[in-house]
Amino acid sequence: MTQTTRSDYDVAVIGGGLVGSAIAWGLAQHGQKVAILDEGDIAVRPSRGNFALVWVQGKGLGLPEYAGWTKRSADNWTGFSAQLREQTGIDVCYERPGGFLPLLSEAEMEHRANQLKRLHNQPNVVRYDYEMMDRAAVAKEMPFIGKDVVGASYCPLDGHCNSLKLLRALHTGISLSGVAYLPNHRVERIEQREGGFRMVTASGEVRSGKVVIAAGHDGRRLAPMVGLDAPVRPERGHIIVTEKTAPFLKFPVGFIRQTDEGGVMIGDSFEDVGLDTTVRNGVTSTIADRAIRIFPLLGKLNVVRTWAALRVLTPDGFPIYEQSTSMPGAFVATCHSGVTLAANHALALAPHIAAGGLPDEFTAFSARRFHVPAAA
Amino acid sequence: MFQRLPNASGERVSFTIDGRAAEALSGDSVAAALIANGVQTCRATPVSGAPRAPYCMMGVCFDCLVTIDDVGNQQGCLVRVRPGMRVETQNGKREIER
Amino acid sequence: MSDLKPRYDLAVIGAGPAGLAAATLAAQRGLSTVLLDEQRAPGGQIYRAVTQTPVKNPSVLGSDYWHGADLVGPFRDSGADYAPGSTVWSVSRSLDIGLSRDGAARVLPARHIILATGAIERPFPIPGWTLPGVMGAGAAQILLKTSGLVASGNVVLAGTGPLLWLLAWQYLRAGARIDVILDTTPRENWRQAMPHMGAFARSGYVAKGLKLLLEVRRKVKVIGNVTSLKAEGDGRVQSVLYRQGDGAEQRLPADTLLLHHGVIPNINLANATGCAQNWDEAQRCWVPTVDAWGATSVEGVSIAGDGAGIGGALAAEHRGRLAALDALHRLGVLDRATRDRDAAPHREALDKAQRGREFLDTLYSPAKDFRVPQDETIVCRCEEVTAKQVRDAVKLGVSGPNQTKSFLRCGMGPCQGRLCGPTVVEVIADARGVSPAEVGYYRLRPPVKPITLAELASLPKAEDEIAAVMHH
Ligand SMILES: Cc1cc2nc3c(=O)[nH]c(=O)nc-3n(C[C@H](O)[C@H](O)[C@H](O)COP(=O)(O)OP(=O)(O)OC[C@H]3O[C@@H](n4cnc5c(N)ncnc54)[C@H](O)[C@@H]3O)c2cc1C
Ligand code: FES
Repeated sequence: MTQTTRSDYDVAVIGGGLVGSAIAWGLAQHGQKVAILDEGDIAVRPSRGNFALVWVQGKGLGLPEYAGWTKRSADNWTGFSAQLREQTGIDVCYERPGGFLPLLSEAEMEHRANQLKRLHNQPNVVRYDYEMMDRAAVAKEMPFIGKDVVGASYCPLDGHCNSLKLLRALHTGISLSGVAYLPNHRVERIEQREGGFRMVTASGEVRSGKVVIAAGHDGRRLAPMVGLDAPVRPERGHIIVTEKTAPFLKFPVGFIRQTDEGGVMIGDSFEDVGLDTTVRNGVTSTIADRAIRIFPLLGKLNVVRTWAALRVLTPDGFPIYEQSTSMPGAFVATCHSGVTLAANHALALAPHIAAGGLPDEFTAFSARRFHVPAAA
Repeated sequence: MFQRLPNASGERVSFTIDGRAAEALSGDSVAAALIANGVQTCRATPVSGAPRAPYCMMGVCFDCLVTIDDVGNQQGCLVRVRPGMRVETQNGKREIER
Repeated sequence: MSDLKPRYDLAVIGAGPAGLAAATLAAQRGLSTVLLDEQRAPGGQIYRAVTQTPVKNPSVLGSDYWHGADLVGPFRDSGADYAPGSTVWSVSRSLDIGLSRDGAARVLPARHIILATGAIERPFPIPGWTLPGVMGAGAAQILLKTSGLVASGNVVLAGTGPLLWLLAWQYLRAGARIDVILDTTPRENWRQAMPHMGAFARSGYVAKGLKLLLEVRRKVKVIGNVTSLKAEGDGRVQSVLYRQGDGAEQRLPADTLLLHHGVIPNINLANATGCAQNWDEAQRCWVPTVDAWGATSVEGVSIAGDGAGIGGALAAEHRGRLAALDALHRLGVLDRATRDRDAAPHREALDKAQRGREFLDTLYSPAKDFRVPQDETIVCRCEEVTAKQVRDAVKLGVSGPNQTKSFLRCGMGPCQGRLCGPTVVEVIADARGVSPAEVGYYRLRPPVKPITLAELASLPKAEDEIAAVMHH
């Protein structure tokens, strides 16, 4: 093997999921020479198992900057999806009809109303419309709701896409932009080298000027190697999908939505079980039960697949975007809502990484927020 | 095109295909009953609308999907035909109401 | 049909030879046993409808078929419960069986489970194989056994393997007409199979097989060394195009085209249960990894019969009995020595039944062109994905079928990859220049058969399972 000190790439992005691919795509649009180092066919990869919402309502209670970041990404989505379509010919089917979160009791209504009120009362929070709707108002849009539905919260900014097409469009886009996608390159170690970084992987070494850790769950192990912190943990979520059905549901309704292909996706569950993606029938059964209470019509549909995927969660559920102070040129990006935030990762985050540093607006997303010493 | 062996014996079952009266033998699956009645296509796919007919006859391929007694997407090769059954061929995606 | 007990010592899934033999032996030895099958009558694929076929003339289906009756009789007397029309859509590591019966789902616990789900026809992707009028030869055989239906008009059989010839023989016996058999057995297979000829010659199959082949060849035109196949037609198959060796393309009229090139294990349930599996190079398919008793990597779950690797109907029967004896041992009924002693005659019979298998596997190994189809051929019938789309995904860096699945929806349809998995794996392996062993297979989850959302909703739920959904 020949020894060379020259970097192979301007940037190495570790992780080829939605976060890593969106950043790599954005970097390539800014003329950077990029490689994505990814695992192989079987990997813990929420990018293949998510629910595909581009969702704004309810996000950011506890971190008003996150409400703004989310809204901005949702606003960027129309242009972003158009850009992807133009470049790759792939329509990721983004639609923004507004979204409902159905509520099944007066107590749930009250809890949701309070939550949203507190969110929107935070100082400096971004302003946008939302509405608490009663049963009659919801029934006007969706006459087939079940008798248990008491009402819903509604936000016109919510939408959804086809996240598998999104992942394919990003991969097609990066390939067209000359990004090197390197599968079966699980990164074992990152070392700082003069003027850059050296990644030791399952299939040899890769050198780069900058490195972005977007490795989902593995960020926890990798970030400390470059003086960063990504204290993420997995949370298991189950999803059910039905056979293709003629279009009947225009809106994403919380954890129920109909895809462009016709299948109805139903997903919701929150379990702390490590990296175990086993499907539990009792959990899917509970999800199915709740879905039928909301839309009784769904009961007759055949379930064709179920699966479980692992959300990448930080201690407060908000993203981490940070650059290393001890090793400049190293960045970490990790979040739960990789679909919603894809537009921002590509259009608003990547340009700063290309330029070499994150501006002040990202300070709120630093992992230092978890290091506040406990009050004596 | 299939035809019944002349000496194939069994009880006759009356049912309907897309509203038309039809006959089958009591051991027939719905898919076999359609084939015996000369039905060449049992559905159009939800993806491209291409015509399909039973391919595996053992519950594997899902090309025999039909509507039976108002319930869509039933595997015709796994359901036995019953007297009075209403079988309908399918066109594309299933409707939510049925 | 029996009413089900709340739980069983042993549940056997699949009422073919392996399942019938396993359930019979276990019940005779005192285990509370249930046999579940999605079909309405016992027999599995080979002995399909053996108790009620309308084809009463015994010489049409042949004596090997009627042997099935010898298994059903003792099973009926064994005391085992039988639940036909029961679709098993899940087997969990804790040995709970999810099943659906007459539109109602339930969970049935067992102390040991034997999967005897058998084989499916190996997908045979050629251009036009989705046209109405194109079917598996096995499918045609099922129509004959269950309904006394035979193809009429211009009938073409194409492919390779014992089942193709058996169907031709049964058709002729029934008085049906076959225009042509297009034999796709690659020439070089003969040379490779020769070293195994000795063992085959000592098996019971030779005389019977030769007689059958000669009878068919006497009555039907057989075109050998066929290297390409295509079905064409407007809305249904009307003609078959083929090439002999590297000769010019020929066209034949066809109202029915029956395809076959072997069978492969039906692995979906074992895979979704989490049983380890391995690539079998000789049979060119993924098989669950089992020991000499059929035990899998999941404690309490065994596999008997073709579901654990293709061995044929007689072998399946003996494998069923061996798995049942091992279940008796694991459940504390038999000590190890008794199990081994009682197993001896079944092992001997199994060895005998498997003699000559290598010869058949090698001779009838499907040609590469029919496993790794041309670009325009549909590989995923459900989502209508072509071989070219799979190859294009490999160019983007996709290394296995789980990634092509998320990129192309290939394998996401109702058949859950049964009819595209083997082909997708072969296409990816070929494009990457590696063995399918390295490419892997779909990772499957329950339900392996569709159930309605209402059925799913009706299942029992533990408190922590409810809490997992409701805590927000
Ligand atoms: C049930 C569920 C529902 C969801 N629904 C939504 C939704 O509706 N809307 C929304 O916006 N988001 C949703 N998400 C979240 C979204 O899927 C994730 O935010 C997104 O996939 C995270 O992307 P990622 O790239 O960080 O991680 P991943 O997708 O996990 O990608 C990480 C990649 O890094 C690779 N990798 C890991 N370690 C290494 C290493 N050492 N070396 C090299 N490569 C490595 C992995 O193989 C993988 O390809 C949902 C998630 C779940 C689990
Ligand atoms: S014909 Fe294949 S599933 Fe019915």
